[in-house]
Amino acid sequence: MIKGELNVKKVLRAGLIAGVVMVFVSAIGMVEDFDSRKVIDPFLSLGFLALFWYVPRAGYKVGHEEVLEGMEEHPVSSQQVVAGLSVGVVGGVVISILVVIAHVMDLRDVFIRLSPKLVATLTFSDSVAEPNIILGIVWLIVISAVLGAIGGALHLVSDRLRRQILFAVGAIFVVAMLEDVISQILRTLGLGSANRLIYRAAALRIVPAILVAAAGFFLGGRDRAERSRIARYLADPDPAERRRKSLIVAAITLAVVLIAPWLLGSLLSEILATTAIFLLMGLGLNIVVGFAGLLDLGYVAFFAVGAYTSAILTSPLSPFFAPEWPWWYTLPPVILVGILAGIFVGTPVIRLRGDYLAIVTLGFGEIVRITFLSDAASPWFGGAGGIRNIPGIPLGFDTVSGSDPEYILYFALALVLLAAWVSYALLNSRVGRAWTAMREDESVAEVMGIDTVKAKLSAFVVGAVLASLGGALFSAKLGSIFPTSFELLISIVILVVVIVGGMGNILGVAAGALVLIGVLGGPRQPGLLQEFGEFKLLIYGVILVYMMLQRPEGLIPNVRRSRELHHDEMNQDAWLKAQADTAEEPAT
Amino acid sequence: MVSAAETIERVRRSRFNWVDMFLNALRVGAVVFIAVGLIGTIIKFAGGEGPSAAAWRDLVVSGLAQGAAYGLIALGYSMVYGVLGFINFAHGEVFMSGAMTSFFMASYFFDTGLWISNFVVALILVILSATVTATIVAVLIERIAYRPLRNAPRLIPLITSIGVSFFLQYSAAFLFGVANKSVPQPPAWLLAKIDLFGLGWLKLEATKVLVIAIAIVSMIALYLFVEKTRTGRSMRAVAEDKEIAALMGINVDRTIVTTFAVGGAMAGIAGSLWALLFRGVSFDTGFLPGIKAFTAAVLGGIGNLAGAMLGGVLLGLFEGVGPLLILDGWGIPGVSQLKDVVAFFALVLVLVFRPTGLLGERLSEDERA
Amino acid sequence: MALLEISGLKKGFGGIQALGGVDFHIDEGEVVSVIGPNGAGKTSFFNVITGMFAPDEGTILFEGESIGGLEPSVITQRGIARTFQNVRLFPNMSILENVMVSQHCRTKQGIYGAIFRTKAFKEEEQLIEERAKDTLSFFGDRLVGYRYDQAAFVLSYANRRRLEIARAMATQPKLLLLDEPTAGMNPRETVELTGLIGKLRSEKGFTIVIIEHDMKVVRDVSDRVVVLDHGVKLTEGHYDDVSTNEQVIEAYLGRPAETES
Repeated sequence: MIKGELNVKKVLRAGLIAGVVMVFVSAIGMVEDFDSRKVIDPFLSLGFLALFWYVPRAGYKVGHEEVLEGMEEHPVSSQQVVAGLSVGVVGGVVISILVVIAHVMDLRDVFIRLSPKLVATLTFSDSVAEPNIILGIVWLIVISAVLGAIGGALHLVSDRLRRQILFAVGAIFVVAMLEDVISQILRTLGLGSANRLIYRAAALRIVPAILVAAAGFFLGGRDRAERSRIARYLADPDPAERRRKSLIVAAITLAVVLIAPWLLGSLLSEILATTAIFLLMGLGLNIVVGFAGLLDLGYVAFFAVGAYTSAILTSPLSPFFAPEWPWWYTLPPVILVGILAGIFVGTPVIRLRGDYLAIVTLGFGEIVRITFLSDAASPWFGGAGGIRNIPGIPLGFDTVSGSDPEYILYFALALVLLAAWVSYALLNSRVGRAWTAMREDESVAEVMGIDTVKAKLSAFVVGAVLASLGGALFSAKLGSIFPTSFELLISIVILVVVIVGGMGNILGVAAGALVLIGVLGGPRQPGLLQEFGEFKLLIYGVILVYMMLQRPEGLIPNVRRSRELHHDEMNQDAWLKAQADTAEEPAT
Repeated sequence: MVSAAETIERVRRSRFNWVDMFLNALRVGAVVFIAVGLIGTIIKFAGGEGPSAAAWRDLVVSGLAQGAAYGLIALGYSMVYGVLGFINFAHGEVFMSGAMTSFFMASYFFDTGLWISNFVVALILVILSATVTATIVAVLIERIAYRPLRNAPRLIPLITSIGVSFFLQYSAAFLFGVANKSVPQPPAWLLAKIDLFGLGWLKLEATKVLVIAIAIVSMIALYLFVEKTRTGRSMRAVAEDKEIAALMGINVDRTIVTTFAVGGAMAGIAGSLWALLFRGVSFDTGFLPGIKAFTAAVLGGIGNLAGAMLGGVLLGLFEGVGPLLILDGWGIPGVSQLKDVVAFFALVLVLVFRPTGLLGERLSEDERA
Repeated sequence: MALLEISGLKKGFGGIQALGGVDFHIDEGEVVSVIGPNGAGKTSFFNVITGMFAPDEGTILFEGESIGGLEPSVITQRGIARTFQNVRLFPNMSILENVMVSQHCRTKQGIYGAIFRTKAFKEEEQLIEERAKDTLSFFGDRLVGYRYDQAAFVLSYANRRRLEIARAMATQPKLLLLDEPTAGMNPRETVELTGLIGKLRSEKGFTIVIIEHDMKVVRDVSDRVVVLDHGVKLTEGHYDDVSTNEQVIEAYLGRPAETES
């Protein structure tokens, strides 16, 4: 074992990576932009969190050895603290070099964010004109070293204590970042005056921060099994009992969700409504990608088609044909158009191999958008000006439109429930089994009597219908639609939602939508963490790559999918085969 | 008993179902649409309407120049696809990194005066630096994002590459700013029209001729590299069958890195040419050309290097001339807005008519059953 | 009339002629073995019959109708099912699902029924499950009970072969094509499977074509033996005649290393 010896190469490498992360975060302007947003008032800013977050992690990782089967318990020594500290020092030196370079040279022609202001922020100087470089660098290296050492020291404490510390830190971060939500809830509950005691300019005050950390510490200390009580509750061996229990949990969730808009206010309901619309599309895409294994990168086309169909039929300003139907009447045509669009796009691509299919669907998505945008089609679709004055959803006594996000949320949730049911019902049916078989081995599925063309097309069509329903709701929500609302980005963001959540898993897609759209925000829509709004597409990219490398099965994996993605079981499998071949099978 | 001829007939007929009917309808529709559009344009042209002959010539040259750039980018897609079997969506961003570097270098040389005083040297340095940057970016992507996924199911690296593409694109946006960057104007002699071969009627814009020439030279260099050198041979061997290549003593990992490097270099050159042609670069410059170049690679037959180049040139030409040639004949307004639609339809039609591309695709045994 | 009647079947891949004009027939209720050295075109023969590849030339008549070049799923629906030499289950689907999914072409409930959980849908689902369990019970207690919900990949090699046969049976075929069903099995399992093939005919009434390397199995199960070599039929007849045929010995039995696995 490496006990007691410092692996210089490994430390240097980790330190350099930490340093590069710090330099990158600074150079894209995150540190500077986030500097004014405090997490704990007055000393901890989001900027420095962004700058240093990776250092403890690198310090921890450098001393981390994968404990494999048959290995002794992971050795623990003070060397790990030293390693973490060294990583921090190296990282600190790297970022210091950036500070010096940015101070003596003006690089703003190329790297626009390497400004004197950044140098001042990084060196903790008050004066932009005369930053205190030397002292600042010392601080940078010291802080970085301390954080790295803390990361390394996490090896020395018990698993339980480590978890508690992480929970405490996480709790502070979450409570500080969700200031919007929490203060809104407090206000609704008539406790608005409490806000001033907890927050100052959106940042936690010191005393509440300590309390929150303590709460997190306490929560993290509880047994893992105890914490996942719901999971345990749901994991009943008896299927009938399991179904009953899931229904209970679902009913409670639904009740909470129904009350939520009134507790959260318009702004948060708006965010939730957006999340729900993306979730709806995620569920639809999940059928295509997760169930049937067809990578569709032009999914937004169906969304656009549904939105335009609904808009044309309802809006008085529709350019060539304006029957001004009530929103409800447009649903049958929307579904019909969705089916037709699914067939039209699906048929030519259905025999293509996976990656060709991806690029051709992408092409179709762009064709649809550009066509809506073009002057050539503007007599029908309004060109770049889109279609405006789309009335909301008439309810007899009132009309629901984008100005009532609470009601839109209900509609979106209803459609989400529909989509979830459709997914669930199809997965556990003849059609769903055919999809699974096809995804696993297409040619064998064919030989087993499955008409793969029909199966693929049906997945495409179901996905298209769900997306076009989402589009119909979207147009009623926004009141006006433009071709730019349907860019390729949306297709990709929905795909990211599905993948990050867990391909092939309904709950997973929900988790993905909540985490990505709800917290970070949609491509053009705000999320809970509006601070990150500007950077969210970059963060999407990082998350996507990270997930693919570390956890390709997603947050909440589909059992089957994760089996497909991990080779460990396959190794075990090969081992089993060898066993079967050599030994006689016991007569059972 | 049934006679042999009849059998074959039956074979054909029985494979004929409604999907084929749909595809055939699409084929016929496309042919009719193109034919009618062409005829319409010819009638217009004969009647003295529409663009003049000189305008057509310029369109063709522009299309060829742009197509040459597509072709160079397409080489990277094609090579990576040949070796690893997935679409590297981030390749467009590799191209963008080359274009970005070209912009910064060109601006630097413009400021120092070299751009004007000795344009050829400046241009060579610009292209070199763009090539180096793009190569480094391509190799880094392979090392960080793709290598750990060597044995993952094929969808995984594909999705990863989408993530990488996002990351690079928005990193560029934040590092260098979102504003469109104007590449300094080349000297006057390059902007003028030159009379090629002294024919009198073949007066072409020098920039475009230069771009096409550089693309041809790069293509020949690449061809010689792949066909004549040891490394090129191992690349072909790895594309054929990774396992057997490994057994034959070829370092597969290194060969894959080389593939990315060479593809990146070509994208870098393409980036310089793009900067020279359009004189504007922004963080999303890589997106559309990237997709177009992939289309070009499919058009020519993916995995086939000559095909990639041919596909690029044809796509550029089609995009440049197609809207006016076909759509205008139908009397559709604002046809230039629709050039991307034309390009994507070209992709769909190629895959419907001839899924293996014009020159045929080279398939290796594994994974593509 | 023969159940399956093949004449002049040709199939080439690039320069290689995998099948060079094969004539073949099998009557209802027969068990015919196809033997031949590796690369003789046996598996290609199955692939063409089941529609995985379209034949280049020749006729394939099944119950008097031409099926050459039909889609594999259509051929399965007509009543031909197969297993694979290198066991190709749906490894991540459960054992029960593997057998349920292969009833696809015998059932018809679609999206509508599934979403609205119609009475017909529920009845059909129940029927599918019952049939699947019934099929699995054919293999004694090896694939039943707690095993229903296990993923196919956890099964032992021999059980995978059994499951593959079960999956083929569930398509309710008239003709069953078994591609080396005993490959990789130990002698005891081989004997058991030999008995099972007999039962497949006597109890279930399947007509069976079997590709086999194990000559003991071939002798025990087959009414008739067809020998392929280099894509052409060398000879056919009763096992005893074929096994003493000089050509065959030269082409095949002369290489004893291949006969046992």
